[in-house]
Amino acid sequence: MSEDILSDIKRTHIMTLLEDGKRIDGRGFEERRKIEVMPNFIPRAEGSARVRIGNTDVVAGIKMETGTPFPDTPDSGVMTTNVEMIPMASPEFESGPPRPEAIEISRVVDRGIRESQTVDMSKLCITEGEEVWIMFMDIHTLDYDGNLFDAGSLATLVALKNTTVPAEKFEKGEDYSLQVEHLPISSTFVKIGDKIILDPNYEEELVADARLTVTFDENGDLRAMQKGLAGGFKPEEIKYMMEVAKKSSQELREELF
Amino acid sequence: MGGHSDIVLIDENGLRVDGRKVDELRPIKIEAGVLKNADGSAYLEWGNNIVLAAVYGPREAHPRHVQNSNKAIIQARYNMAAFSVGERKRPGPDRRSIEISKIISEALEAVTMTELFPRATIDVYMEVLQANAGTRCAAITAASVAMADAGIPMKGLVTGCAAGKAGDKVILDLGQEEDNFGQADVPLAIVPRTGEIVLLQMDGHLTEEEFDKAFKMATEAAVNVVYPLQVAALKKKYMESLEDVEDEIINDDPGNSMEVTSGGEVIPENTTDMTQGGDE
Repeated sequence: MSEDILSDIKRTHIMTLLEDGKRIDGRGFEERRKIEVMPNFIPRAEGSARVRIGNTDVVAGIKMETGTPFPDTPDSGVMTTNVEMIPMASPEFESGPPRPEAIEISRVVDRGIRESQTVDMSKLCITEGEEVWIMFMDIHTLDYDGNLFDAGSLATLVALKNTTVPAEKFEKGEDYSLQVEHLPISSTFVKIGDKIILDPNYEEELVADARLTVTFDENGDLRAMQKGLAGGFKPEEIKYMMEVAKKSSQELREELF
Repeated sequence: MGGHSDIVLIDENGLRVDGRKVDELRPIKIEAGVLKNADGSAYLEWGNNIVLAAVYGPREAHPRHVQNSNKAIIQARYNMAAFSVGERKRPGPDRRSIEISKIISEALEAVTMTELFPRATIDVYMEVLQANAGTRCAAITAASVAMADAGIPMKGLVTGCAAGKAGDKVILDLGQEEDNFGQADVPLAIVPRTGEIVLLQMDGHLTEEEFDKAFKMATEAAVNVVYPLQVAALKKKYMESLEDVEDEIINDDPGNSMEVTSGGEVIPENTTDMTQGGDE
């Protein structure tokens, strides 16, 4: 009950500020928090990156091994994505099986990478129908202050960029760098009342009515979208977020890659 | 998306694998109130998709820690039967169905007056009995009919529909081959009364112009074709219930008619939402 009252007060406060065109941390509505990227953070992983977006802190690690392909894609490698929302990262998180929230984030990160063909999975085929590379993309949440969608997606992309395929270890020739074909960048928005803001922090997420993640590639084409939370968007609001996402993701791409 | 095949998805006449035009929906059939035990239910066929939806509640939420002291929670469960797909699906929730259940719960909550039922749960069960692409849109379309049938106070019905891209053309309501070998899929759900989008996903590869076209196609089909079918299904169920009550009144001796009438009053009250939906 006390939490509900607290969130009511906080909501009123956040909404009053938004009415004046302000956010609780002083950012503009279309402004992301400061992003810090530490590539190759875990040298033992095939590829890795630690990414901080404001106080949200995640590590993505790529591990690879050989295995059998799925019967319906015999000439294609396999990728899986998993997000761990560990208790260390937030008083809200508990240990145990993944919650629907973690599954949703995993699948949205996965969709952005997979649908943009960031990695050409046919290049991860060793022997058609018999042996392919299996790529595990694991995202570990260290500190949670909102927007795990963008933090997880960015960390995974940077990790892929510095991934070495461990061919020697599996007696498949010499190690080589994984080729990254595209640079999908996701942009997550929330709607509070009738105001829409980019890159929500934890407090903003807590009072948000609806959420939308939009992923653009380097050609300005759409690759993935996901709407969440128990509110709706008007078509013109979706259009607005797409415009902001396209511009903002391009800026971020130029800054980081 | 992204599968490889030599299959021709759009032929030289601009027709699709199943003979449809690019902006043509598959046939849809909806029936409300098909189960005895559930408080509300719906049966839906959408092309070769067969979906049943059932609603229980509002009822007390268990365990207690899931209760919200200000409003009802909506717990939707999207589930595929083992025999619903080509190769047998292992029963029980997988990551895909957990994600779909979550976004459908949220989409339905957007229209439900949950504040009327603190500490309660509204459980919405969607069973995909036969799957043929577009099951999440079929499921949410059936679910909102089932909720209205259960008399849950709602701001409007929720209507699902998808559009996407296959054979380099933007198309409405992807079929199985188009889903497997096409270029993009945009499943969405709209509240026709308000025009609000309560569910939206996209995967594949679309330019902004193509997205706009797909979005328009899907929302227009949802509002102009699917939504009237939902309303008609609820109206039909409502009229049948009315006839049943009238039959009872005629067949009963006058001494009992008061009792029957008072019973009859419950029915319109339970179905207030669907008559509102019919106004549009």
